[in-house]
Amino acid sequence: MTDQLTDRVDQREVGRARPRKEDARLVTGQTNWTDNITVPGLLHMAILRSPMAHARIDRVDVAPARERPGVIAAFSGRDLAEGLGSLPCAWPVTEDIVLPDHPPIAVDEVRYAGDPVAVVVARDRYAAADALEAVEVDYTPLPPVLDLEDALADDAPLVHSDKGTNRCYVWPLATGLNYDEVRARADVVLKRRYTHQRLIPNAMEPRAVVVSPQAASGEYTLYSATQIPHILRIMLSVVTGVPEHKLRVIAPDVGGGFGSKLQVYGEEALALAVARKLGRPVKWTESRSEGYLATHHGRAQIQDIEVAATREGKLLGLKVDLLADMGAYLMLVTPGIPILGAFMYPAIYKMDAYSFTCTGVFTTKTPTDAYRGAGRPEATFAIERIMDELAAELDLDPVELRRRNWIEHNEFPYTTIAGLTYDSGNYEAATEKALARFGYDDLRAEQQKRNESGDAVRLGIGVSTYTEMCGLAPSRVLRDLRYAAGGWEAASIRMLPTGKVEVVTGTSPHGQGHVTSWSQIAADVLGVPFEDVEVLHGDTLTSPQGMDTYGSRSLVVGGAAVHHAAKKVVAKARKVAAHLLEASEGDLDFKDGVFSVKGSPEARKTIQEIAFETFSSHDLPDGMEPTINAEHLLDPENFSYPHGTHLCAVEVDTETGHVRIRSYVCVDDVGRVINPMIVEGQVHGGLAQGIAQALYEEAVYDEEGNLVSGTMADYLVPGAPDLPEFVTDRTETPAASNPLGVKGVGEAGTIASTPAVVNAIVDALRPLGVTDVPMPCAPQRVWQAIRQARAAKEATV
Amino acid sequence: MIPAAFDYARPETVDEAVRTLADARGETKVLAGGQSLLPILRLRLAFPDLVVDIGRIPELRGVREDGDKLVIGAMTTHHAVIHDPLVRQYAGLLAEATAEVGDPAVRHRGTLGGSLAHADPASDLPAVVLALDGELVAAGPQGRRTIPARDFFTDYLQTALEPDELLVEVRLPKTAAADGWGFHYEKFHRVAQSWAIVGVAAMVRRDDGRITESRIGLTNMGTTPVRAEATEAALVGAAAEPDPVARAAEAAADGTHPSSDVSASPEYREHLARVLTRRAVLAAARME
Repeated sequence: MTDQLTDRVDQREVGRARPRKEDARLVTGQTNWTDNITVPGLLHMAILRSPMAHARIDRVDVAPARERPGVIAAFSGRDLAEGLGSLPCAWPVTEDIVLPDHPPIAVDEVRYAGDPVAVVVARDRYAAADALEAVEVDYTPLPPVLDLEDALADDAPLVHSDKGTNRCYVWPLATGLNYDEVRARADVVLKRRYTHQRLIPNAMEPRAVVVSPQAASGEYTLYSATQIPHILRIMLSVVTGVPEHKLRVIAPDVGGGFGSKLQVYGEEALALAVARKLGRPVKWTESRSEGYLATHHGRAQIQDIEVAATREGKLLGLKVDLLADMGAYLMLVTPGIPILGAFMYPAIYKMDAYSFTCTGVFTTKTPTDAYRGAGRPEATFAIERIMDELAAELDLDPVELRRRNWIEHNEFPYTTIAGLTYDSGNYEAATEKALARFGYDDLRAEQQKRNESGDAVRLGIGVSTYTEMCGLAPSRVLRDLRYAAGGWEAASIRMLPTGKVEVVTGTSPHGQGHVTSWSQIAADVLGVPFEDVEVLHGDTLTSPQGMDTYGSRSLVVGGAAVHHAAKKVVAKARKVAAHLLEASEGDLDFKDGVFSVKGSPEARKTIQEIAFETFSSHDLPDGMEPTINAEHLLDPENFSYPHGTHLCAVEVDTETGHVRIRSYVCVDDVGRVINPMIVEGQVHGGLAQGIAQALYEEAVYDEEGNLVSGTMADYLVPGAPDLPEFVTDRTETPAASNPLGVKGVGEAGTIASTPAVVNAIVDALRPLGVTDVPMPCAPQRVWQAIRQARAAKEATV
Repeated sequence: MIPAAFDYARPETVDEAVRTLADARGETKVLAGGQSLLPILRLRLAFPDLVVDIGRIPELRGVREDGDKLVIGAMTTHHAVIHDPLVRQYAGLLAEATAEVGDPAVRHRGTLGGSLAHADPASDLPAVVLALDGELVAAGPQGRRTIPARDFFTDYLQTALEPDELLVEVRLPKTAAADGWGFHYEKFHRVAQSWAIVGVAAMVRRDDGRITESRIGLTNMGTTPVRAEATEAALVGAAAEPDPVARAAEAAADGTHPSSDVSASPEYREHLARVLTRRAVLAAARME
């Protein structure tokens, strides 16, 4: 790195609440969603899905569908099997992991309700949907595998009979002192079981794919509502055999993902295979209810967590045994999701021993994979719930218990018991700010008053402190975790002859506002107007390199790469400026896009002028290439660790079990903030999704393995009327691991809010004897918990 | 979410609509606002041969007085009902409950008649019209007939309408505050846009601090909307005070057969019916 790379940058743009460049277009509907894309001769694909959780396919007859009006072709799984490989799993977390074959369309056996069994291609979407009704399939039902513990029994029916077990893998981690020895000397040992229900990600835009073949060249252009155009290109090339250099993948406007579009889906491979077979362009768009069956699910874990502590509330050790529901198949990163959580159970706390085991289990349900937070919300929930239980056990205020255990601000960098090195943070500051804004002491006083009067509506206060590992990820760490790819990110900057700027990024935004934030970053470094920067992304032709967007990585890795690339542009421009101004580089100042010679400010060149000079190249320094464009590939040296303190007050109607969130305060430390409005939006959306897990959402299956909550009438996604006014605030401790000091914010709200809400509910009901309410804390569940606690109390009197 | 093909008719008068229904072969569905029908079609839960759109029949819209009755056209939208001055004056319960239906988009398209004819026991308005002692007027090839709300809802999603009959208007006895009437609709649901787990529509008439008459309709406590008759009887003559109301409300679930679903067991629904009836009746009784 040259000296110029570490120059101070004047921040005119960074830190400004710039309205998003993307929004005028998006909110007026002038969008380019995949489903809006059409090409001449486009055909429409529809997919027949298994109505059963588990069955042998005895016969598929698509011939009657071919007779239907408007139908061009129909295929069974067997018709397409040749030329379609198994869908990839890029994260085989252990050496002996069970990796079942995962055909994009079932051939012999269906393993979840929604598994594809036949494909119809027609001239329009209506004809394709109608013709599905004509496909004949004979099934022999097989026993469903639904319960994680039952699935591990010796005589359990098998999801993949050729594998001989439903146990996918066992992944252990033990660090620090021996947990059992630590446990033996503890004053208090608490053990709890928490269950994370299955969640269905609900991106506003359903999945869609369009494949357009160019017969003459053998090239294919594939548009997909995906988070990962670059990874998708590689993987689809492997699955279908279309050579990578003949496949262009475009993620146009993408309306949300939350991890659900961090995937290589069977439908994408099928659309490519069918377009290749027919030599015609093909589109497939899922309906919402189809997506509920076939887009991957999230969470679905059972956690047995145990803490060992002293009577004074000092944590000694932590033990976690996890059962994680893989669903029927391993998708792109399915097995790794709970492992991302493995490092987060110790959270912000110091302790001497940590023992973790995760057992992945196959079931005959929709496969699971990344969902906002991906492993880290689960971990944070369990540790924050049991911290509250420990506080109650020790008769300590839950904030005080945390204070006695957290890493103090002067202890950073701190290597945790799980082996992560937290670079920066200030848990005390965030917590103090949150307590003040929340009115913690007043609410505690009101709570006591209500408890004493026996009020039917109880007040509860929930605390959740959290940190998370973001900025995925140092490639060498990924190697150690057996993840197949790297974690670097690419950025390049093109200075156009007229002085405008194109930033090319390898991240792939789907709602995050990268175009705006990356413009702010580049504008500051280059000293050009915000409006003069365009950001290109999401197309393997125009942004050929990248690792895409997930895991709160884009700003931390991709945004930092933009910063570095812009610095390189300025360094090159400086050489040209020095040459043109006949000064030495060291004698040049660079401010607001202008190079000037120290002491003679009239001798100046703007960076736009230099862009034109390099275009004409009439007078460049000897040996210099005719460009000041630059590229930077950044492999992060560490994760980033946002943190924060969330406080939630709920009112629980003990007669009906209804929970109302009365107030919610969060103070997040996401490092330096590029655009406060975008950060605010991310926090709000994250809170909504985390609260949704606590109170509303659950993918419910019946005893035959059918998805009962199959539409939005039964799968309750909260809307604005169901959510409180959020009080959001920040502390700002810059990350030490990247030049922007940023930490990432995409998942913070989701991670912190779920335990804050459930802790508040339990806190409200603890005087009645309630120690837990399973999620989602629907009114009936809360009511039952109260009834059971009362019955238990009466039985002991 | 692609419906199967169907024929489509859009009559412009009630007579034409009735003729269309009478002449239709196969299964026919009436499109009255589409807030229930369209999802059913798109989920392929119904495959009608013909959809009769009655959205362009002016005579089916609007609210008028007819002596001691308030008459609401079947195609009056929820939004129009909520904001209609006559409804607010003489059927305040309907205005209040309708404001709780769905979301703004649903309320601008959905209609009172459509909701009643769909007869979903989880919908709010059937129990409300039941509590208002409403009458439903059906037009058929033989002319018009009036069906009391008590007889209209026959089973889950089933009504007393014949296949060739069209619900044209809803007639409600006027219930005004000046006559001692108070009302309240207590809706219990998990998110704003979801159906009621249980709802209670309470009409209470008071005289000098005592309840002289009450009518209580229950949402989602069986395959049809039902009246809490035992509670109604127990309230007659009771003081409009918490204790007597609570005692009467203990009988709210008597004789009901609520369903079980993801959100609630029958037992929980019965419990809710008692709690919510107490609250609804008290709120109605305390109304100024």
